[in-house]
Amino acid sequence: MTESTATRTLVIEREMPHPPEKIWRALTEGSLIKEWLMANDFQPVVGHRFSFRATPVPNWNGVIDCEVLVVDPISRLSYGWGALGLESVVAWTLTPTETGTRVRMEHSGFPSEESASYKGAKYGWNKFIGNLERVVGGMN
Amino acid sequence: MQAVTDNVFRALADPTRRAIFERLARDGEQTVHALTDRSGVSQPAVSRHLGVLKRARLVRFRHEGRETHYSAQPKALAPLVDWMSIYGAFWSDRFDRLESLLKRMEQ
Repeated sequence: MTESTATRTLVIEREMPHPPEKIWRALTEGSLIKEWLMANDFQPVVGHRFSFRATPVPNWNGVIDCEVLVVDPISRLSYGWGALGLESVVAWTLTPTETGTRVRMEHSGFPSEESASYKGAKYGWNKFIGNLERVVGGMN
Repeated sequence: MQAVTDNVFRALADPTRRAIFERLARDGEQTVHALTDRSGVSQPAVSRHLGVLKRARLVRFRHEGRETHYSAQPKALAPLVDWMSIYGAFWSDRFDRLESLLKRMEQ
């Protein structure tokens, strides 16, 4: 995980024993995306607006509003990701290795530490915020 | 962002108000009557609390007949939520699913 002053970025990186071409398909073909991520109307076209649809929970219809930002075949893919009042960006990078592919995902645009944990601690409300997170975090 | 956060915290500083908001977030839309029955305070007091929550954009309302229905707006909490931990768990799970899909796919 890395941090900047304004926002924070979540980074997940894994080596996978599959060629980049195959992983690219799983990241960009709607029916395959649905298998591992969510129902969607994704198209690998820059500027295309689409949505991911999670199971609705009370107070959230489960819709994630997205727009394709970068399509660089078999190498880089990025889309805007807007859900529950947070505008963020998801970026995928595929790098060939000797045994397969290094898959890197960066999810950026998270509020800085001060706005949540620090203030929660200041007000003694960490438990309350934890409960709220279960309310808004129902997408699993 | 700072001002928004302070506003939300101020609105939720009162325990009765926090209980009303939590109930709406947990159980979905409810009328002022239903909220009053379960809050232990008078209806004018409940209406005042709802007014404060409304100004902080934590709830919204709609009229239906003579009843006013209130619902929670979790979006207002976005600045308070630890998105990193929620999405950390979410993506870790999805990476597992991606790997399992790749195993099932033919080359």
